[in-house]
Amino acid sequence: MNDLLLNLILTLDASFRVCTPLIFASMAGLFAERSGVVDIGLEGKLLMSAFIAASAASVFGSPWIGLLFAIFASCIFAMIHGLASITFKGNQIVSGVAINILASGLTMILTLAWFKSGGITPTLQGDERFLSITLPGVDIIDHIPILGVIYRELISGHNILVYLAFATVPLVWWVVYRTRFGLRLRAVGENPKAVDTAGLSVEGLRYKALLIGGILCGIGGAYIAIAHNAQFTKEMTAGQGFIALAALIFGKWHPYKVLAACFLFGFLDALAVRLQGVVLPVIGEIPVQLIEATPYILTVILLAGFIGKAIPPKASAQPYIKEL
Amino acid sequence: MDQSNIAIELTDVDKHFGAVHANDKVNLSVKTGTIHGIVGENGAGKSTLMSILYGFYQSDSGQIKVFNKKFRATSSRQSIEAGIGMVHQHFMLVDNFTVLENVILGSEGGALISESLDKARIELTRLAKEYGLEVELDVPVESLSVGMQQRVEILKGLYKGAKILILDEPTGVLTPQESDELFRIFEALKKQGVTIILITHKLREIMNITDYVSVMRAGKMVAHRQTSETNPEELAELMIGRKVLFNIKKSKAKSGKPLLIAKNLEIHNEQGMKRVSEVSFEARSGEILGIAGVTGNGQGTLLKALAGILPLSKGSIKILGETISPEITLNPAQLRNLGVAHVPEDRQKMGMIADFSASETALLGYHNDKEINQGIWLKRSSVKANCQSIMEAFDVRPTNPDLKSSSFSGGNQQKLILAREFERDPEVLIIGQPTRGVDIGAIEFIRKRIIEMRDAGKAIILISVELEEIMSLSDRIIVMCDGEITGTVDASDADEATLGMMMANALISQEKSNEAQL
Amino acid sequence: MTRDRRLSWINGLLLPLFNVLTAFLATAVVFILIDVNPIEATKILIYGAFGYEEGIGYTLYYTTNFIFTGLAVAVAFHAGLFNIGGEGQAYVGGLGTALVALYIDPTLSAWLIIPLGISGGLLFGAMWAIIPAYLQAYRGSHIVITTIMFNFLASALMVYLLVHVLREVGQMSPQSKDFPDSAWIPFVHDVFAGMGYKIAESPLNLSFIIALLFSALVWFFLWHTRWGFAIRATGKSNDAAVYSGINPKKIIVVTMCISGALAGLVGINELMGVQHRLLLDFNYGYGFGGIAVALMGRNHPIGIIIAALLFGILYQGGMDLAFEMQSVSRHIIVVMQGLVILFCGGLEYLYRPILIRFLAPIEASE
Repeated sequence: MNDLLLNLILTLDASFRVCTPLIFASMAGLFAERSGVVDIGLEGKLLMSAFIAASAASVFGSPWIGLLFAIFASCIFAMIHGLASITFKGNQIVSGVAINILASGLTMILTLAWFKSGGITPTLQGDERFLSITLPGVDIIDHIPILGVIYRELISGHNILVYLAFATVPLVWWVVYRTRFGLRLRAVGENPKAVDTAGLSVEGLRYKALLIGGILCGIGGAYIAIAHNAQFTKEMTAGQGFIALAALIFGKWHPYKVLAACFLFGFLDALAVRLQGVVLPVIGEIPVQLIEATPYILTVILLAGFIGKAIPPKASAQPYIKEL
Repeated sequence: MDQSNIAIELTDVDKHFGAVHANDKVNLSVKTGTIHGIVGENGAGKSTLMSILYGFYQSDSGQIKVFNKKFRATSSRQSIEAGIGMVHQHFMLVDNFTVLENVILGSEGGALISESLDKARIELTRLAKEYGLEVELDVPVESLSVGMQQRVEILKGLYKGAKILILDEPTGVLTPQESDELFRIFEALKKQGVTIILITHKLREIMNITDYVSVMRAGKMVAHRQTSETNPEELAELMIGRKVLFNIKKSKAKSGKPLLIAKNLEIHNEQGMKRVSEVSFEARSGEILGIAGVTGNGQGTLLKALAGILPLSKGSIKILGETISPEITLNPAQLRNLGVAHVPEDRQKMGMIADFSASETALLGYHNDKEINQGIWLKRSSVKANCQSIMEAFDVRPTNPDLKSSSFSGGNQQKLILAREFERDPEVLIIGQPTRGVDIGAIEFIRKRIIEMRDAGKAIILISVELEEIMSLSDRIIVMCDGEITGTVDASDADEATLGMMMANALISQEKSNEAQL
Repeated sequence: MTRDRRLSWINGLLLPLFNVLTAFLATAVVFILIDVNPIEATKILIYGAFGYEEGIGYTLYYTTNFIFTGLAVAVAFHAGLFNIGGEGQAYVGGLGTALVALYIDPTLSAWLIIPLGISGGLLFGAMWAIIPAYLQAYRGSHIVITTIMFNFLASALMVYLLVHVLREVGQMSPQSKDFPDSAWIPFVHDVFAGMGYKIAESPLNLSFIIALLFSALVWFFLWHTRWGFAIRATGKSNDAAVYSGINPKKIIVVTMCISGALAGLVGINELMGVQHRLLLDFNYGYGFGGIAVALMGRNHPIGIIIAALLFGILYQGGMDLAFEMQSVSRHIIVVMQGLVILFCGGLEYLYRPILIRFLAPIEASE
């Protein structure tokens, strides 16, 4: 029994770590899509910022500098997307695809150019990366049965970005539903004309939303390379940007529901790792690929309207053209 | 005139859109605290002018003064700050926002919205009392009726401190009761010193509610009148530019057997809203049946159902030997094969494809025809030759099948569509807005062709927002209001007043027709 | 020249040209940033692609894949659909081809097996597109999102099948047993050898001819059949299609099937043509590359062949470049793909305001 509990706790613990970049990326997507801009390029921004974070952290020896550079790189990509989809009214999906492919190519040629290696950056030592933090009071609570284990294993011992991710969600909720910016953001994604005729700048709002998304993606990417891992490796984001997109849809563009989706998907991922090669009673061995594919299957089923309806913001993917 | 009394003054305001001269040296002066009407036909430049005032477009030249201050808006913000509010024809509301949220958008006050909402709630309650603008504040606007949504738009303007309210065709989407209610609100606003600019093409409204009226025609401001010193006839003449627009010679109809019999139709539109109910009529060969009504009273939905685009919810249509019912549907292609031609209301969206060449636009709906297909091969040379010949028959200029559809003028596009639909010798013609946005020369041509088709023994169903068009073309007229038929008259007995009554007030006309039946 | 005419010149010729040039220019900038002389690099690249027989063979072999996926994306574009799932459709299409090759009686004639293998690719590629298409048409879920999801699903499915089902007994790496000889599409060098000409060996096989054939078919289908007309009409205006009696839902499903089927043909070049067995990631990058090809080729088969050739050159030349220059990785072509998609797609209107202001100002209309 205790074994099972410990296993569960360890899996949940891993879920926290796995879902952290999903949270950052999906919150980034939430801002973009709530403003009416579809952001397929989350993956590319994660990848690029992971690379830049690892590079900068390695060169300057500080994870914080790595983080800053990552945010900067991600924001540049966000602004390219903005230029294409807001200013020049191009196809937002095409622009997102371009960003993903660009990131994939650039990370490869830059690792070679900067570090003379194909697709990896130098391994970060010690405090060149974000290390786990032991929360106060672990020793005191530790002797309480169950609760002690939970606190020690599950809640304590993550790096700062994990805590930041979970703190980001209520903040996003507050911004979206309680502030003037949030009201305008929601309005511009539903009916940009209403925003324009209210004397507000549709383009300005959308750029702001993308910039916030850029910052969040930058943190997410940095987490992957310099907190969860200790270097950048080729294609290391491995579709997490798309899973984040799926979580965004699965959570119906609502911060807390999106968080739940991220956690679910993160849990599935952690479970897949745990179940690798394990033969379960009755069922036998579950193919890892099936568990890995579950987020995508769930999202497709949701999109098909079989479990509720996912209705995106009305103006999403449409460039705003001022006319009557 | 006393300068301090002027709310808006326009001097030589000019605006081009490409080759179109939308506003040609427009002058206008609106007195504070009055209701000022601006009338003109579709495309006369009224909406453009108001959009310039509301900062949506910028004028190319000319001067604008608002409350005696020089004014040039590059965004609606400046207009709002100058005290201008606008109620657009299509409402600018965020559907899933509550009334309160919609009202504060753009004028929230602080960075947090809770305070703004509280403040707005108090202010709106006051405004509602003062002007009779009661609206539930905490429901999403999408759940409100059109009339209520319009109130929200007016409240938005007032909340933002508008001293001048511009309303663009506000009654186009309203029921008669809602229109009356709106006019009552106008009076209340006027009493409080609010200036109202009413854009419309309905003369009755102008006569009933305004103090002053300005007339626009083809981008120019052609006349200013005090309403009490003018009459609908004069205004109509000013709008159109000549006394009698068209003198179409038309023999008496030789009505034959009914080719289309509609019984108890109930139809829902694309959004699933019931727009037509209990509608029955017959269309006979050799006769033009006109369907009149205020825009949005179900005529468009009816037209789409007759053309096979929308299914019936109830009732049946007997057409050329086939029967359509909720169970048995015929799609537009099947109807075309039967001999039903359809000129859609929305030329740009439905009737043509802007990016396609003329010959491909002329192929829409007929791409399965045997004459142009050989096995799997669509013979482009035949398609082109066919287009060339119908273009010649309908005098479409330039007569070039390879030209992009969008590069033709509105009139020539419409002629191309009519040519496509008329030249295949259909038996029943369903025609929507045949002359909307079409130049004068083409109007005359198109109307003649429609009458020719009638004389050739076709059954024609005609829908138009232009009452004048319905009256001059139709042999029989049915009037729709709120999705129901509110009157049927012979064209020879029809005059604008009776038709207007039927269009405007369902109850009275229903009583009338009941009496007539008794 | 009338303003209309000028505008159509701007939109039809100048804008695409400027966009491609910008993409090249941006690539040159990337070269400079990583300390490589772009002119030097271009020379090596061109030589790598065309300088010797083997290089030409490789170039055309890569071109073949890009033609298939480029056509796939273009056909969908004509119906107003963005098929971002070429990657997955190519993958699963390859499965269809492989199943035919692996399980058919190997003693049958190649004249039967190869067409069946092609059909397998077409069928499975279409199959992988039909679910997203159905969901878009009848359940309103957005095709872009579902096709992305299906790319990942395809990947998971193929890994599972190759690891657990199709892996050859005793083989460590996840790949199937070899196809029988009768399921090999002949190499071009073998064909030439058969005719008495000796040319250098390369992976170029007769799939290239099949790709050209399908380009012609797509061209004929889109512009010279009533179904092609219906697809293009639907893509331009849903309302006009409905008005014409075309059922847009059906068009979505049919078009996506065609699109998926075309993407599914990557497998015949890669598997029946070159690898002669099913293996992981043989499709890698071609699905997304197809987007760049279609955008650059303006969704026209001729444009697509040219754009595919360009990417073939970049792929092959890029390999040589990476070999010759230590500081360049062959991924430079991925960057270039991204830049082409960005400038020919996302930023396609970048120069329009400027071009219109200078070449077709509004006053020119009078």
